[in-house]
Amino acid sequence: MTKGHQQVDHNIDIAPGDEHLEGGGISQRVLGYLIGLGLAILLTATSFFIAGTDLFWQPSIPVALVVLAIAQMGVHLVFFLHITAGADNTNNILALAFGVLIVMLVIGGSLWIMANLNHNMMPMDQLMQIQR
Amino acid sequence: MADQTMAYADGDPHHVRGALEHSGPASKRIVTGYGFWIFILSDMVMFSAFFATYAVLLGQTAGGPRGGQLFDLPNVAIETGFLLASSFTCGLATIAADARNKFWFQIAMTVTCLLGLAFLTIEGREFASLVARGAGPTRSAFLSAFFTLVGCHGLHVSGGILWLLTMMAQVFAKGFRADIQRRILCFALFWHALDIIWIAVFTVVYLLGSAA
Repeated sequence: MTKGHQQVDHNIDIAPGDEHLEGGGISQRVLGYLIGLGLAILLTATSFFIAGTDLFWQPSIPVALVVLAIAQMGVHLVFFLHITAGADNTNNILALAFGVLIVMLVIGGSLWIMANLNHNMMPMDQLMQIQR
Repeated sequence: MADQTMAYADGDPHHVRGALEHSGPASKRIVTGYGFWIFILSDMVMFSAFFATYAVLLGQTAGGPRGGQLFDLPNVAIETGFLLASSFTCGLATIAADARNKFWFQIAMTVTCLLGLAFLTIEGREFASLVARGAGPTRSAFLSAFFTLVGCHGLHVSGGILWLLTMMAQVFAKGFRADIQRRILCFALFWHALDIIWIAVFTVVYLLGSAA
């Protein structure tokens, strides 16, 4: 293999879940998973802690929980699934971005539409009186 | 044919085109892994529909118990810990498979399996106690959505455990062949993805659901 060929190899895609190894051995890979596990435990513990405490301004708690959950998903993607921003991961990232778009549309759209319908619907007791 | 190859090789003798040069079709490992990645993303889209249903029906308890009265958060925290630890040991199994170390692969997969079973046991006991308290899936729209969403995740974990045992048997019988390695890659993707979905479950269903 020439040096030029290695440069080409560096830029081709890698499978999702495969790690791009920069000459790191097994101990380095285990360390990566340990860092991911530590961060995930930290974020999970924080989530459970703030859900059950009165220390914070209550309306801020749902927002904080959602932010913590998204952060932990990011930790899992990077440290466990090895989805990174590198050039070898472009296809995996693009597929993920499309998936996230659809998920956001389904959840956000459903909540928006149903909240609107609820808001515009006559209260149930009045509706029953009309039917009589 | 030989002339063409020569011409191609001489066309760029110093590899100045560098990264623009393509090295042919992607390997089977990349194609398989990418295809499975698309399946996982579509699975997440399916889960998003269940999450949307749960969020919409959260308040529709039909006079029955609300989330805050039903959920046992310390129990859910233990469950979360088991699944997170199993995701970690699954990662260790991936490393062992790459190193072609059968012994550590089987150890890591066994631990992953046990942690997954512990998770399922806690979930099963929670479901049984809810049904015993008269809060089964038929009680209210809220509980139907709850059992559908959490139960669907539990079914995925059960399927994952069957797959895990299959991989242990295949590595035992056939060793780390290229096709087995691809299946291990897909299994690891699946198992880590289940943990990502569980993050959304414990946040939306249990933590946000018991506040509502």
